[in-house]
Amino acid sequence: MQLDELKAIAEKHRSSRKKIIVRTCMSAGCMSSQADIIKKNLEAEAKAQGLEADVEVRRVGCMGFCGQGPLVGWDNSGEHGLWEFVKPEDAASIIAALKGGECKVQRGDPKHPFFAKQMHIVRANGGIIDPERIEDYIAIGGYTALHHSLTELQPAQVVEEVTKSGLRGRGGAGFPSGLKWGTVAKSPGAKKYVVCNGDEGDPGAFMDRSVLESDPHLVLEGMAIAAYAVGADQGYLYVRAEYPLAISRLQIAIKQAKQLGLLGAGIFESPFNFNVDIRIGAGAFVCGEETALMASVEGKRGTPRPRPPFPAESGLWGCPTLINNVETFANISAIINKGGEWYAGIGTEKSKGTKVFALTGKIKNNGLIEVPMGIPLRQIIMEMGGGAPDGRSIKSVQTGGPSGGCIPADYLDTPVDYESLTKLGSIMGSGGMVVMDDTTNMVEIAKFYMEFCMEESCGKCIPCRAGTVQMFNLLEKITQRKATARDLAKLEELCDMVKNTSLCGLGQTAPNPVISTLKFFRKEYAELLQPDPFGP
Amino acid sequence: MKVRLATVWLGGCSGCHMSFLDLDEFLIDLANAADLVYSPVVDVKDYPENVDLCLIEGAVCNEDNLEILHKIRAHTKVLVSFGDCAVTGNVPAMRNPFGMDNVENVLQCAYVDHAQNNPAVPKADGIVPQLLANVRPVHEMVFVEYFLPGCPPPAARIKALVAQLLAGAVPKLEGEQLKFG
Amino acid sequence: MAVKTLTIDGRPITAEEGATVLQAATEAGIKIPTLCHLEGVYDVGACRLCIVEITGTTKLLPACTTKVSEGMEVQTQTERLRNYRRMILELLFAERNHVCAVCVSNGHCELQTLAYSQGMEHIRYDYTFPKWNVDTTHRLFGMDHNRCVLCTRCVRACWHIEGAGTKNIAGRGATSKIITDLNQPWGDSDSCTECGKCVMACPTGALFQKGSTVGEMVHDRDKLEFIVTAREKKQWVAAD
Repeated sequence: MQLDELKAIAEKHRSSRKKIIVRTCMSAGCMSSQADIIKKNLEAEAKAQGLEADVEVRRVGCMGFCGQGPLVGWDNSGEHGLWEFVKPEDAASIIAALKGGECKVQRGDPKHPFFAKQMHIVRANGGIIDPERIEDYIAIGGYTALHHSLTELQPAQVVEEVTKSGLRGRGGAGFPSGLKWGTVAKSPGAKKYVVCNGDEGDPGAFMDRSVLESDPHLVLEGMAIAAYAVGADQGYLYVRAEYPLAISRLQIAIKQAKQLGLLGAGIFESPFNFNVDIRIGAGAFVCGEETALMASVEGKRGTPRPRPPFPAESGLWGCPTLINNVETFANISAIINKGGEWYAGIGTEKSKGTKVFALTGKIKNNGLIEVPMGIPLRQIIMEMGGGAPDGRSIKSVQTGGPSGGCIPADYLDTPVDYESLTKLGSIMGSGGMVVMDDTTNMVEIAKFYMEFCMEESCGKCIPCRAGTVQMFNLLEKITQRKATARDLAKLEELCDMVKNTSLCGLGQTAPNPVISTLKFFRKEYAELLQPDPFGP
Repeated sequence: MKVRLATVWLGGCSGCHMSFLDLDEFLIDLANAADLVYSPVVDVKDYPENVDLCLIEGAVCNEDNLEILHKIRAHTKVLVSFGDCAVTGNVPAMRNPFGMDNVENVLQCAYVDHAQNNPAVPKADGIVPQLLANVRPVHEMVFVEYFLPGCPPPAARIKALVAQLLAGAVPKLEGEQLKFG
Repeated sequence: MAVKTLTIDGRPITAEEGATVLQAATEAGIKIPTLCHLEGVYDVGACRLCIVEITGTTKLLPACTTKVSEGMEVQTQTERLRNYRRMILELLFAERNHVCAVCVSNGHCELQTLAYSQGMEHIRYDYTFPKWNVDTTHRLFGMDHNRCVLCTRCVRACWHIEGAGTKNIAGRGATSKIITDLNQPWGDSDSCTECGKCVMACPTGALFQKGSTVGEMVHDRDKLEFIVTAREKKQWVAAD
């Protein structure tokens, strides 16, 4: 494969396009509401209504507005539109509408703030290309960043570009990616690995699933560029088994990329070799922690180990290993194509680029959004999300899943960046954003997350294994109105201990939902406490 | 003014009290410093008021235990969990894993499943106190000031703690003095 | 081998490069409490009792897996550390059914000794009283899960000294459990060589020799270190 061949594929694919494209979302969300049947019906109708020559019914990935799904979009001579809540029986009227016919299906507004305020880098192709056709990806410029890296950049220059971009890890902790890449690149060792962490497990988070389902080649290309930069020739994509559609699309993508020589030996006729294998997680949340994930890839019990040594020095089978999250890799080809400086121009001083969030909970517009870093939380929640449904008011926004915290409505003007969220006792996390309205009981929320951590604790270290059990029991006692002020004091003491002594990130952050709700909603805890007649 | 001292026997084997009686000649010093106002070894039926110090042997196993414990807390300045049953639940609490909220399982196991003669759960309302759902150490039910572990605590250990208390000090046991079992 | 100088609790100390903080401290006669650490098998840093404070990092690090470095300043006995250690021990006692009075290891149990040496006079957390079974199906040994602290010393001894791979860990969180082969009764195990190294390694009364009275049931933990040292130094190879 050479660049001109790549361009030929793109050109051939572009020129064979039909006039009208009807895009059917076939991500997990819309699929669960019969999107596959909708697509089949649309194809049959296009044929029946004699539009076969003009209309391409295309399978696409997530368009984002999941709460309004199933979604069907259309493009016709530069114009675009969207239908929402589509049912299989709507196919005839949708096809008829393409010719100016009557259509009662709810029309979406592409100028709605939910879309208008977004900025797409990671999700640029989501909802547009067919994730199961590599030609679609190539036609919009796919794999040119890999070509550019391999033929025109030294590995160190690739690292330099990523460093310049200011990109930080999108898995949650926000470690500067360029620094990590540089460390792996400099670590001595003939064998190195690149690992993509797709073990997304936070309740309410589905950013990575959507990226994998909608644009698998984007992630593969990012991994390949990373492998070139750090000197690795083998990659592992660790995806949780609960994402079967993402896994199957990745399998298809890897096979297609291999067939075209975009993965494998001598990519773009350079000396660079890179293979990717999928590893499927068996349902343990802790395997999202990098050392546990690597143990799992190695075929061992998925439990974390103390760091240092960090994976960059000693990772898979003791070799230097670069491990990044799905969304991090999905940013890479844009950084290479448009330059690190361009990327660094987006966002805030310390948080560059965009971030994908899964907007869920008590909010009118549920779905997936990609916004520039630094956007005030209020714009996301009130304008894009439309605020709370049923005339209720927003009470709090939970970010960062079980490792994060609850930000009260008073702080909605906070800009969404790593530092500002940390300052409020929450974290950016991987991108889960669960909105709560004024009917939500914050102690119950804290208990929910603690139960999650208790059940997902791997059991290796004592503070997390036994501490989460005791913290959950205390929270249960509080919600059952059986606890006293002494119990609350015990809970706070345990939060501090588990946070400071646990082995890995799971335990170290498990108390965060309790700590943050105690910080902002202590009154709700106090109201549940009972007098202590036999106390000191 | 002599210290008003009580000792009480909840769900335990009375071994801690036997160890207490092992204090030998210290008992004479104790008698000079304290009045024993309530104890299994003195014939007082009701727990008195204004007790200065109470050593509690045994875990909280039944309704009677809990009732008197509440009274003890209300009438006593300083409580000491006396021995492992009071401190940890110890042997009486070994029934708990049979069913944390189902005491019937425990009675069934003890009086029916493993009975050689007349299998039946004994019942005498108002005479035999009802078992609590599960056995708890004393400090889980009321606030306890000090702890004296051991099964039973050796007499020397009891002496060390009581002597410090009588001297008005905050008692401190260290190292092997804190050994369970 | 290069030498590193550091301070532990204010005392200047030298240690070999590559040594752990725990090794350096032990060599200097400074005692750091440990539970999952066992001479002879590799460290996992799981029990968190040996956590220490190191100047320059906000994180508390386990002494058993943290390597010494030049100029390192280590604190092992601050009020905060002592408090955390005591809480960790209390969590262990509340987690399963540790009844010292009726345990075969009463008087020679590492958990019991740790508890009193760290000043634990009672457990502030509610006991959970879980139901665990006792596996007495093996001819020579027994396993009482009520007394297990999940330190995995038996697992490591079985895999890395004996090489049998009989013991392992199953489940997760509080329901984690030491298992034999594919979670079958110990007596049915095909892989167990009956070497008893797991029993030697156990810090509590969870693994015990059958038929031993409380007085007789003494774990021989030093033997494991002896075996490993002898193996590494080839002391069993006849000099010819």
